[in-house]
Amino acid sequence: MQKARRPAGSHTAAASRQPSGRARAWARRAPMMPALVYMVIVTQLPFVATLVISFMNWDALRPEERGWAGFTNYKLVFRDPDMRASVITTVWLTAGVVLLSLLLGLGVALLLDHKFRGRGAVRTMMIAPFLVVPVAAALLWKHALYNPEYGLLNGALTWIWSLFGSDNPPQPDWISSSPLAAVAVSLIWQWTPFMMLILLAGLQSRPLEIIEAARVDGANAFQIFRHLTLPHLRRYLELAALLGSVYIVQNFDAVFTITSGGLGTANLPYTIYQTFYQAHDYGRASAAGVIVVLGTIVVATFALRTVSTLLREEKTS
Amino acid sequence: MSTTLARPRGHRDPFLRHHSKAVVGLAGWIVGLLFFAPFAWMVLTSFHSEADAATNPPSVAAHLTLHGYREFFGASTGASPWPALINSATASVFSTLLVLALSIPAAYALSIKPVRKWSDVMFFFLSTKMLPVVAGLLPVYLAAQNLGMLDNIWLLVILYTTMNLPIAVWMMRSFLAEIPVAILEAAAIDGAGLPTVFRRIIIPMAAPGIAATSLICFIFSWNEMLFAQVLTGVQASTGPVFLTSFVTSQGLFLAKVCAAAVAVSIPVLIAGFAAQDRLVQGLTMGAVK
Repeated sequence: MQKARRPAGSHTAAASRQPSGRARAWARRAPMMPALVYMVIVTQLPFVATLVISFMNWDALRPEERGWAGFTNYKLVFRDPDMRASVITTVWLTAGVVLLSLLLGLGVALLLDHKFRGRGAVRTMMIAPFLVVPVAAALLWKHALYNPEYGLLNGALTWIWSLFGSDNPPQPDWISSSPLAAVAVSLIWQWTPFMMLILLAGLQSRPLEIIEAARVDGANAFQIFRHLTLPHLRRYLELAALLGSVYIVQNFDAVFTITSGGLGTANLPYTIYQTFYQAHDYGRASAAGVIVVLGTIVVATFALRTVSTLLREEKTS
Repeated sequence: MSTTLARPRGHRDPFLRHHSKAVVGLAGWIVGLLFFAPFAWMVLTSFHSEADAATNPPSVAAHLTLHGYREFFGASTGASPWPALINSATASVFSTLLVLALSIPAAYALSIKPVRKWSDVMFFFLSTKMLPVVAGLLPVYLAAQNLGMLDNIWLLVILYTTMNLPIAVWMMRSFLAEIPVAILEAAAIDGAGLPTVFRRIIIPMAAPGIAATSLICFIFSWNEMLFAQVLTGVQASTGPVFLTSFVTSQGLFLAKVCAAAVAVSIPVLIAGFAAQDRLVQGLTMGAVK
């Protein structure tokens, strides 16, 4: 990568024709400023406002009681069993969906890295779940697949049982018997293709000569995977996990659509949405929001550290 | 993979290789079909009559009809989805354009002539992506209320730009970093100013990257629901919000629900299938050529 070798603010031959250093530095910064200023205004200001509101008594239905509340909202949030439950739900849902879709995505990517008849068609089929609008995907799972009476899953069970001459197939109610798993499966279906695409790109950028050389030297498939493929894939695995986590931790569509947050599937985004949208308790919703941000910062610090290795590798390569 | 290379060890005889290749192909097809099945079922059901859609066991061979789509597009029952779809298109297209207008110059400042501490700026952009949107939702709602911007499509344009800008800056930076410096220096020596360099060199050379970035911004904007759900009502509601009217829908409307799901997904499906490789390039933030 060429540009990394150019140190920032280097004095080139052209520098003598340029105006003073400070003006030049600003000229360099100028193209970046609109985006930067935009992001600061639109993301940081609302957060400051959230912080302020979180210390207030502010119920939209009782505007006359508006005033300062100190840490009351935070106490309420920490004592609220629903809020605690939704933290745990969020962690489970995010970790489960990211890990499983990453593993599945890796498996599929390894399959699709081999040449076989119809590989392009299989890849196109694999991408389809990622391209369905998330609310539409959630509706599909809720109504067309999970429904106990006419959903495809139970329909398939009926059909398979009938092959063996039984007219008494099991007909589970998927969403009520394991609601969180039902939400998670629909998300894994949507996100596995995403992981697969990133990892497949990683696999196909492997230097083939080294692998051929290793094979000539007698390395078996597992050794090649363990010592060549996996280290090469590391940054792709990290990137996929990071992007996946950022989006799945904030998932709202699937929880809202499939269970409406019922049966222990309310994650933090859904719970905050409810506190603010249905209960109209602005102060408490804001306190919850601030806590989510603090929690996210802890997680994000780790995540950003992994990305910083991405940048560092790029710099030295 | 070359098959002509001499293999010093005998553990990979051609017969076995041939068979493992068939096994990989079979496994690939099984997994692909498994992931495709729910999608195929959605499309198939959308073309069934309501009576055929709600049978157990499923009736795969039922005759096809456009009934579900006619119902969805409001021929006889319910509201028309067209205003919502037009809103979705407006919000997605304009926010994507705004993202490009902001991210390309920023990426230029962060890659081709990198400012000092450029990686800190990159991390700031990415860190905004880590902020849960719900945490900023309430102040945005209150501000929009005071400014009279609730139920206004341009509010969504602003918010979708916010949502996509950080990722776009990251993607565009890695695409611009691929442009050889020698070309830019040659242009500078020939006396080309910045606007010329942008128009004649940077934009054409980064075109595939710009396409990938636009595609991903469009998809994420089109798919967004939380902001649209909270901040729009009658006038500015979008396709995904329109779909939520089917959340409690019962079995009598299964074909209509599937038709709705397909219809709202169509723009993303067409864009995504048509530009699969661009999509991959974008998702890996340009790290792969």
